[in-house]
Amino acid sequence: MKFSYRELRKKLDSGETSCREVVSSYLNKINERKHLNVFLSVFNEEALKKADEIDYKIKSGYAGRLAGMVISIKDVLSLKGKKMTCASKMLENFEAVYTATAVQRLIDEDVIIIGKTNCDEFAMGSSNENSAFGAVLNPADESRVAGGSSGGSAAAVAAEMCMISLGTDTGGSIRQPAAFCGVIGLKPTYGRVSRYGLTAFASSFDTIGPLGKDIYDIALVLEIMSGYDPRDSTSVSDVTDFKAEDIENIDLNNLRIGVVKEYLGEGLQPEIRDKIKEVIERLRDSGLIIKEVSLPYLKYSIQTYYILTTAEASSNLARYDGARYGYRSPDSGDVETMYINSRSEGFGEEVKRRIMLGTYVLSAGYYDAYYRKAQKVRRLIKNDFIKAFEEVDLLLTPSTPTTAFRIGEKTTDPLEMYLNDIFTTSANLAGNPAISIPVGWDKEKLPIGIQLTARDFDEKTALAAADYILRSEFT
Amino acid sequence: MSRDYGKYEPVIGLEVHAQMKTKSKAFCSCSTDFNSPPNTNVCPICIGHPGTLPVLNKSLVDFILKLGIALNCNIERRSIFARKNYFYPDLPKGYQISQYDTPICSDGYLEIKYRRIGIQRIHMEEDAGKSLHDLSDDSSLVDLNRSGIPLIEIVSQPDLRSAEEAYDYLSKLKQMLVYLDICDGNMEEGSLRCDVNVSVRLKGDSEYGTKCEVKNLNSFKNTADALDYEICRQIDILEKGDKVIHQTLTYDAIQKITYPMRSKEEAHDYRYFPEPDLVSVYVDENWISEIKGSMPELPDVRRARFINDYGLPEYDAEVLTAEKSVADFFESVVSRVKNPKSASNWVMGDVMRVLNDKKISIGEFWISSGNLAALINLIEEGKISNNIGRTVYEEMLKVKQKNDERQNPEYIIKEKNLILVSDENELERVVKKVLADNPTEAERYRNGEKKLLGFFIGKVMRETGGKADPKKLNEILSKNLN
Repeated sequence: MKFSYRELRKKLDSGETSCREVVSSYLNKINERKHLNVFLSVFNEEALKKADEIDYKIKSGYAGRLAGMVISIKDVLSLKGKKMTCASKMLENFEAVYTATAVQRLIDEDVIIIGKTNCDEFAMGSSNENSAFGAVLNPADESRVAGGSSGGSAAAVAAEMCMISLGTDTGGSIRQPAAFCGVIGLKPTYGRVSRYGLTAFASSFDTIGPLGKDIYDIALVLEIMSGYDPRDSTSVSDVTDFKAEDIENIDLNNLRIGVVKEYLGEGLQPEIRDKIKEVIERLRDSGLIIKEVSLPYLKYSIQTYYILTTAEASSNLARYDGARYGYRSPDSGDVETMYINSRSEGFGEEVKRRIMLGTYVLSAGYYDAYYRKAQKVRRLIKNDFIKAFEEVDLLLTPSTPTTAFRIGEKTTDPLEMYLNDIFTTSANLAGNPAISIPVGWDKEKLPIGIQLTARDFDEKTALAAADYILRSEFT
Repeated sequence: MSRDYGKYEPVIGLEVHAQMKTKSKAFCSCSTDFNSPPNTNVCPICIGHPGTLPVLNKSLVDFILKLGIALNCNIERRSIFARKNYFYPDLPKGYQISQYDTPICSDGYLEIKYRRIGIQRIHMEEDAGKSLHDLSDDSSLVDLNRSGIPLIEIVSQPDLRSAEEAYDYLSKLKQMLVYLDICDGNMEEGSLRCDVNVSVRLKGDSEYGTKCEVKNLNSFKNTADALDYEICRQIDILEKGDKVIHQTLTYDAIQKITYPMRSKEEAHDYRYFPEPDLVSVYVDENWISEIKGSMPELPDVRRARFINDYGLPEYDAEVLTAEKSVADFFESVVSRVKNPKSASNWVMGDVMRVLNDKKISIGEFWISSGNLAALINLIEEGKISNNIGRTVYEEMLKVKQKNDERQNPEYIIKEKNLILVSDENELERVVKKVLADNPTEAERYRNGEKKLLGFFIGKVMRETGGKADPKKLNEILSKNLN
């Protein structure tokens, strides 16, 4: 099913195919490759029933703008009446009582939700190996990780188990797995899409975005999800001018592409560096302006990111205490025992590591040295971006330092694992939109992704340029 | 009136938590109704479900701005919220949304009897739920109706110097909260709670002594008693030459003593940090003038006006303005009568007596201000005597509906035939009869025993059922006796 939603919609409208056929075909794929461990729940009958309903709507001529688009959503997003495990034993049996705003907006345009995808526990991880329900295997090479934390979403799109998957991105959790699995992943500007219903990991970093195979699909889904939500005070009201069709009207002549000097140094897999250079050369040949830019504070991204996100996480995850919902240890004598045992048994190692780190950096006597200082560096990184975008319109960087690594390869060294986010965390620190697109393969036939970062709320330029690159002959 | 602490001087600061009477909670749209069954005023937001986000209730900001302006505070043009992190089963998110670095109001003051008490800060926060430990033997229950109820915390400067002053400060603060109609001031229902910080030092010292904190005081009287005990305890320690240890204490209202909390209860590191789910609160001049325009007359201003405009004694003005609703009732009466002082006497006397006897508020008092004013006017105009006025008032009290015509004093007077006899011929006839019936007394009076005048007035009153117009009666009696 290698066509875009626009092509599919034509076939649905003309009666050449039906939503039921489309859903059945995806369900078959999901069943065929169950061992990839992509989904935490699949809505078989419900998706088929919904397909019939939407087939009827299409025939009747009042179907929504996304009628028949089959999507999956990461299992940290709330969908009323459905389990939301966050890939954690803590919420193994938790059922959501309301639907996330972004998801509801898609439902209102008649998407069909086929299931909820696996991910790292509470979206903390870069390989999907932190899921309490097992790692997702990379469809391109099943001995390798799918990336994380939205590994299930990236794999679901790559393995054609759905057309679009909604992931979340706090430090690269959409873009890194998209790169590892060879699909497109967009992290929107912070504030563009309501976070209401997204289980918080780090509130001032978390974003919801689409993964897919077609730029226009991504743009359309973004358009519908975005905009002010009275339930999220940090969602923006005055910059909601994004329209998917805009990306077709952008003049790429004279577009200035910035190449970040600091990002092409050591630690980058040579094939990725070569691929970036190749893309740069071709863009230059096509008349785009290529400029080298410097963002000196980027080298502090990882440290800053881990101080601030763990601080927020330590507070955001305090609610999972065994008192009201979620896992409660059978050994819960008094209140304190209940807290200690429920949280020790309910959370995985990485989540506990981050809660402890975050608690530490917020503690009396350490706050100024860590949290406050990191906030200042965050501001400096933002300033770096602002300055860079005075000179260029987009930044072109690798998405990841390497292609997908082997399952188990990095699980013993958390720092090594954290370094995977080196190119992606800065966009979350600064809030800017960024997209990862597949531009080829390394010699082991593993997908390579590159990242385009844009000014705040300028997703359209990033999407237009990404579209241009994808249509060229790089791949 | 202040207790004498000898050569010592206490230094006291108060932290008061006041529950705001907004219709909905601080960060979600759940009702704040106090009387709902447990866990019915709840939603995914105030019970901390994953993915939920707080949204600030604008009324809460309106309310706190009213108090901030009334207490002469500096209003922060941009203030932010912070998370106060701690674990407790009735705290659903594991943190309380509060304000830390940038309280929305700061540096104000409140005038109490003799002095100006500094207000360090006033900030907004949300309440936790309520834990119920005594309903079951082996488990505790949690009611989350209160979770997310808006509170403000008012922190004074360490300017108070006695338990009595602390009591006055609390009374004045409560008066202000109730006047502004932002808090119902009901301590029993927990809408006002108080923590105190207290230390003692030698009079004349500029350094503060080591302070102790007494937490969770739930009445003004307990606060004053706890302070009295704690001040004496600290003085005793110093007198013995020992040092006060910094402690968090709790107060036992039955034994009237303070004792230390378990160290675990006080050893909190709240790990405050800016609340990332909320945006800054920006307050501009327009908002402030809008609030100023919506504020009622404050008690001090009203008291002064009562003295100036109505010519009331200071004492009357003080009593009548103590509660806004009483002052409103008084003004409704006084606007309909000629003599403000009679209105004051009636409200302070006969009306308040009923309020005290029945333990009701003026809002529950059932005689309308119009009917009370009509009664006062009937007396002032001499249509009935003061004594009959009392009788009419007792009759009015029997009619519990304000709009019932039987509560109207004119109706009662007509119905019971209580109008004064001021017909001179009729009075003349009665006087003559009384004098004829009591010739000996009449003789004694004429021989100079003038105090017998009262005797004759009494006789005439008895004959007329108390309805003789006193002025006319005096004239006619004198004429017939002399």
